[in-house]
Amino acid sequence: MSAALLPLASFGGAIEFILEPQTSNVTGGKKVGGFEQAMELALKQLEVTALALAVALVIALPLGLYLGHRGKGEGVVIGFGNAGRALPELALIALVAALIGIGLVPVTLALAVLGIPPILTNAYVGVRQVDPAAVDAARGMGMSEMAIIRKVELPLAIATVMGGVRSATIAIVATATIAPLAGVVTLGDFIINASIYGEDGRLAGAILVALLALSLEGLLALLQRRLTSDGLKVKTA
Amino acid sequence: MSTRPSRGLMTSVALLAAAGDVGGDFFRERDSGSLPCQARPDEPFCFDWAKDNLDRFGTPTVQHLELVVISVVIGFAVAFALALFAHRRGWLRAPLLAATGVLYTIPSIAFFFLLLPVTGLGKDTAIIALAVYTLQIIYRNTMLGLDNVSSSVKDAARGMGLTDRQILWRVELPLATPEIIAGLRIAVVSTVAIATLAVFIGGGGLGTQIYGGGNLTFPTSIFISLAIVVVMALALDAILLAIQRLTTPWRRARTI
Repeated sequence: MSAALLPLASFGGAIEFILEPQTSNVTGGKKVGGFEQAMELALKQLEVTALALAVALVIALPLGLYLGHRGKGEGVVIGFGNAGRALPELALIALVAALIGIGLVPVTLALAVLGIPPILTNAYVGVRQVDPAAVDAARGMGMSEMAIIRKVELPLAIATVMGGVRSATIAIVATATIAPLAGVVTLGDFIINASIYGEDGRLAGAILVALLALSLEGLLALLQRRLTSDGLKVKTA
Repeated sequence: MSTRPSRGLMTSVALLAAAGDVGGDFFRERDSGSLPCQARPDEPFCFDWAKDNLDRFGTPTVQHLELVVISVVIGFAVAFALALFAHRRGWLRAPLLAATGVLYTIPSIAFFFLLLPVTGLGKDTAIIALAVYTLQIIYRNTMLGLDNVSSSVKDAARGMGLTDRQILWRVELPLATPEIIAGLRIAVVSTVAIATLAVFIGGGGLGTQIYGGGNLTFPTSIFISLAIVVVMALALDAILLAIQRLTTPWRRARTI
């Protein structure tokens, strides 16, 4: 009976760690954890995630939409998307720390590298899937190529495009957890430096990272609904 | 921002300062050319070390492959069963998609430590978390494949007197094979990459050659691990593609 309840005790300890600073046995009596530090690290993780996502979006979204519109470079784009999946995030962060340096800028760039393939591939595929008749109709109405991408192809491809953005966000926020290895102290610090924070801290870190990732995913799902044009909602309902 | 810097940041800054000292004062005074290259922090890749130490990657590579194969096999078994279940009972589709989506969204490293109080340190915990991660990918692709089977094909099968079960196993699943294997390929390639994180939960694998010991500051070991991971992903992907070609001969005939 008591063995079965042990996990529950661990979770209780983790929740105490999140709410109230605890005494650590390696910081010379200085307390660690607590709501203030948890928020600080969570905000750091959000900050580096948002920055990396912004960099990835600025590079990959226009490129994917343009290549999809022109129908060029399919092999390269799809291959790039597959290669991105095979990239181990631990090696990426470790290499950036060892070769480029530690800190917010190198980590942001490393995380952006993880976000680019899914956004690029999905933007490309999404635009390619748009009915060519709709594009022809837009062209016939005198729309410029830019206007076609912005007003016809992007709205029709929004589900696929947002799918890519959501994959990228999940990959980036997950990898931001190991960013403390490269000097950016996110919630992962609770997990990686368990010698400082203890087992309660480590579990607390895992709970907070999971909650952060789920909240971001929820937010993006809401955003996707807002971005979907009303005309498309009627069709699927 | 709080006024006191956190402990992790201080450690990092101290490490950086120490690295700077070593690079700046210690090595500059000596003839760095005479040192073995693994002792020079500015060397991105040390061929001499790689040549002499390649055998140390053997066991981690085998462990890594084991983690990936077991996780994906378990993930496939569960996700495939869920998909067949949802295919039969339509009302389960959306809730199962949402549930696997939630599990997919939780970062693996967090999942490891959420499981820790229950399953402890070691490779079992790593395998459970990695298997759970693949559920959504495989479930979604299997459903997609089953949905893509045209209703006229199913009608024809029914007209020939096949039962629902026979239609599923002899018509729908064979026709859905390309999508199912596409899902497996994505799951395998992602799992090969993510399994490097198993080092944090004591699950072994190639992550030990990136993070363990002094490897984190030794790019040669990281590069070799990265190369093995990428080659493993490509090899497993190629095997699955070959299986797809062999199991769907009608597609080959059509595309040629």
